[in-house]
Amino acid sequence: MLGYIVRRLLNTILLVFIAASSGYLIASIALYPRGNYEAVLEPPPKYVIDEVLNRSNVNDEVPFVERYGIWLGQLVRGDFGIDLDGNEINEEFARRVTVSLRLLVVGALVGATIGVLIGVVSAVRQYKLFDRGFGLLSYFLLSTPVFLLAILLKFGGIKFNDWVGTTVFFTQGEYSAGFEGTDFEFLMNRLQHLILPTLSIALGSIAFYSRYQRNSMLDVLSSDHLRTARAKGLTKRQSLFRHGLRVAISPMATFFAYGFGLLMAGAVFTETIYGRFGMGNWFVTAVAKNDINAVSAVVTFTAVLVLLSGFLADIILVVLDPRVRTR
Amino acid sequence: MPPRSPTISVETAGSDGLSGVRLSRGTLIRRRFLRNKLAVLGLCIVGFMLVLAFVGPYLTKWSYTDNDFDHLLSAPSSEHWFGTTQVGVDVFAQTMRGLQKSLIIGLLVAIFSTGMSAFIGSVAGYLGGRTDRVIMWVVDLLLVIPSLLVLVILSRYYQGKSWLLLVVGLTIFDWMITSRVVRGLAMSLRELDFVRAARYMGVPTRTIIARHLLPNMASIIIIAATLNVGGAILGETGLSYLGFGVQAPDVSLGTLIAEGTGAALTYPWLFMFAGTSLVLTVLAVSFIGDGLRDAFDPGSTRSKKI
Repeated sequence: MLGYIVRRLLNTILLVFIAASSGYLIASIALYPRGNYEAVLEPPPKYVIDEVLNRSNVNDEVPFVERYGIWLGQLVRGDFGIDLDGNEINEEFARRVTVSLRLLVVGALVGATIGVLIGVVSAVRQYKLFDRGFGLLSYFLLSTPVFLLAILLKFGGIKFNDWVGTTVFFTQGEYSAGFEGTDFEFLMNRLQHLILPTLSIALGSIAFYSRYQRNSMLDVLSSDHLRTARAKGLTKRQSLFRHGLRVAISPMATFFAYGFGLLMAGAVFTETIYGRFGMGNWFVTAVAKNDINAVSAVVTFTAVLVLLSGFLADIILVVLDPRVRTR
Repeated sequence: MPPRSPTISVETAGSDGLSGVRLSRGTLIRRRFLRNKLAVLGLCIVGFMLVLAFVGPYLTKWSYTDNDFDHLLSAPSSEHWFGTTQVGVDVFAQTMRGLQKSLIIGLLVAIFSTGMSAFIGSVAGYLGGRTDRVIMWVVDLLLVIPSLLVLVILSRYYQGKSWLLLVVGLTIFDWMITSRVVRGLAMSLRELDFVRAARYMGVPTRTIIARHLLPNMASIIIIAATLNVGGAILGETGLSYLGFGVQAPDVSLGTLIAEGTGAALTYPWLFMFAGTSLVLTVLAVSFIGDGLRDAFDPGSTRSKKI
């Protein structure tokens, strides 16, 4: 078991490096920071441009291998380099990462838990009103792109605020600027800002997980071992929770890993729409600015997130399903 | 670890035994599909959207590039059915044009990416061994970085150029999951007697894949292609929404929603029609996909996608 975990962890770390390097490679090829300075009406002399580009290690006249070597050396030490304006990327990263993590982690947990619960209940009450209702709803949610959902929720929130006469849902930023109050009030204020963006990225996951969990649960419900559990005298509820759920949940662990990638893509929209300065929002501005180092930082962050959740998913799988351990 | 994909069930004609009349497989599938109300509804909606997208622009005298300066930001009326924008562009004409663009891109991407995944997946699954490991490794790597991010980074290569390049880009990053499904099927088909027989008779690999594997996976591939249309439309509109997809002066449902939302609280018609047609189209496509799945393989539990 320990050997398995160590092997998986090493594999994960290797994949993070490969994914981060591919991100850096793609960004270096596709983005052209020199263009930022050449495209202006009166371009500065070439040596000035070179100086700026060299400072960030993004000068396209330096061979790629050399730039990559420097970048990788920095990355190993946990340094993402310097952006085009001359600021440390790590500082910006530190500011933004918590903004995104709050959104993504809460979104992922809410999405997975509620989705699994709805899926289980739908399977147990197959073809009842609950199942059909949520089935149709999840079809709608899966057909609605994140950006449209975020916009609709935002407008819905604003309309609701008008209707109630007080601001229940905030739709812009992390917390109200200049907010004064106790720690608890401040926390509440943050929560009010977090609800709608989290819903925007979580609703899709809820729909996604509930559909798959329903199918997986239906397979389990008709399985032999559950009949045996009933036959030996467990009630329906006991057999479901002790023997059914455990088997039915394990396939979800695999989806959980890829789900994080989708959430990150969703965060790009959600953060832009709700004016939250997180990683997704940073990514869009960095690409527009041709900032190779900043783009690579976001890609590395995403790769770490996806692969780490994949690693966790594998561990959960091993805990839930003893058959995997022997492999 | 991917879960093992479902094996396909082999059906013989007439196995449903409808009053002893022998029906061809095609008839059976069509009947099963038509029995599914949601799937038929989906087909009607998609058909309606397609007709609307290509005939719609001729129904109104306005083009999506015209400005009607007498009607700025006017509400839907008999003159402008869906209202007008800040610069007096007819929203109906815009929406039709956007729908057209999004539908074409979605269909093309789905066809190409499904073809690509059928090819790559069956090669990996049939050959196995090192080829399989390398291909699956690439698939895993491509799945680590969300394709949206990669496409945004690469946007310089298709921005301001033909939208066909956008199709290429979306295709290249949209084949991975389907190829996994196809690979699983190919792995189980590889062990069947008729494929073995062909192999031992010395039939070349490409003939085996083309003649024996792909036809036997046709149902799954058709279903995947249908469901991929929805995914491709969502991908394209997402990119366009961020400004990295279809570029002005051309429009797609994504750019329309992006432009419309600025003032949409007071002028909801600016993005409502584009949003509604987007959701309806994707919804209808997924109804069709599920209907096809049930029709091709009634015994299967639904939506075992990955």
